[in-house]
Amino acid sequence: MAKTYFTEDHEWLRVEGGIATVGITDYAQEQLGDLVFVELPETGRKLAKGDTAVVVESVKAASDVYAPVDGEITEANSALSSDPSLVNSAATGDGWLWKMKLANESQLEGLLDEAGYQVHIG
Amino acid sequence: MTGDDTKHLPLEDLHAAAGARFGAFAGWSMPLTYPAGVMKEHLHTREQAGLFDISHMKLFEVSGPGAAALLSRACPLDAAALDISQSKYTFFLNEAAGIIDDLIITRLGDERFMVVANAGNAATDEKHLRALAIDFDAKGDFDAKVDALDRVFLAIQGPEAWAALARAGIETGSLLFMHGIEPRQNWFMSRSGYTGEDGFEIGLPEADARDLVARLLKDERVLWIGLAARDSLRLEAGLCLHGQDITPEVDPASAGLMWAIPRDIRAAGPFIGADALRAIIERGPAQKRVGLKPEGRQPVRAGAALFDADGNPTGHVTSGGFGPSAGHPVAMGYVQTALAKPGARLFADVRGTKIPIDINPLPFTPHRYRKG
Repeated sequence: MAKTYFTEDHEWLRVEGGIATVGITDYAQEQLGDLVFVELPETGRKLAKGDTAVVVESVKAASDVYAPVDGEITEANSALSSDPSLVNSAATGDGWLWKMKLANESQLEGLLDEAGYQVHIG
Repeated sequence: MTGDDTKHLPLEDLHAAAGARFGAFAGWSMPLTYPAGVMKEHLHTREQAGLFDISHMKLFEVSGPGAAALLSRACPLDAAALDISQSKYTFFLNEAAGIIDDLIITRLGDERFMVVANAGNAATDEKHLRALAIDFDAKGDFDAKVDALDRVFLAIQGPEAWAALARAGIETGSLLFMHGIEPRQNWFMSRSGYTGEDGFEIGLPEADARDLVARLLKDERVLWIGLAARDSLRLEAGLCLHGQDITPEVDPASAGLMWAIPRDIRAAGPFIGADALRAIIERGPAQKRVGLKPEGRQPVRAGAALFDADGNPTGHVTSGGFGPSAGHPVAMGYVQTALAKPGARLFADVRGTKIPIDINPLPFTPHRYRKG
């Protein structure tokens, strides 16, 4: 059964079988505006919590998206290469950014649930 | 970011009601985007008509018997040769020919001129001009007065701008590109802009502005456009942003803006910075401003370093982003003069990766001005 977590940096993680699918929240895509490019990570790259995993570029600016937990990239969302606007239109669905194998599942305990995230963004 | 001294637009309530997202620019809280978003706002301006609140920019009236002489000293311009209602793009230069600000000056009458200055430089410009005026007066040249005007300043840009203004009761028919008039008391309207499209800039009192905005927004062709799209529109149009593409350290020859300086003024004009500019022209500028088209989809932004094929540093990017009408990333910057040729391939460093980037003619999207 998948469980969804959130971070204060406006990311979401859907975790199932030790693999997390990661994206940015609808609130974050709204703040960024129309995305025109997503710099995707290479499969196999090992990330520590807080490392820059992806750079999303809007018309106006580039923004880092950080690894919310430690782990190894197992897949990047290649659909974003041709259509980065998927992040705007479906931030929590088809606009996911990458999947990672969790190195330390206990890190999930420090993350927010949906209710906590809603409080965080006010 | 936004301290207590952040300035607010007189029409801020209208922008908030329209759902604007605000951000800081040049000391002002400005609408960056509206709910349509930068992409749609940009394309809407090119297809129909975009309404911009540019009240952060400053209007100065320079008047008196010495007005033309004062402006011809402050700018590489023959102000006395302008026809009434004619506008000219020009600059304030420092003694080294660096660009203090870029401006549009319009002749309103025999002894009256309107100067439109950038937000971030308005205070510097005013001080500079007033000091020159006092100096003029002291030398007994002529009397010239500088008045900073309290106006709302709106721009309406795009192929339908003239028609939307007509429906709102403002006829623009005989006004051509780079001309300006005073259609009503305390109004200033010029056919000009910062998008590459046909359009108008109108300075007017706040009450009149509220009335005009209400009438314009009843027209479905007109949408509020934020600063984010204003930036992508001007970048596609190859227009410089002062503080980025031109600065007090950059001269008009390096910036590729010599078209704004008439030949006789280059040769013999009495403007500040003339000696320095003539010396630069004589030896040729070391760097030149060029358009840059990154390969692929990844934007290359201001500050990125540029290299030649052998990895030698050759310049830097001063503005960069995505061009919604161009359909690809667009940028401009400075490169060594020898390399500043359309088609030349360079490489831009983006977060440690070298991205191929080609020198591209400016503008990226053709200008569509109404010249006659």
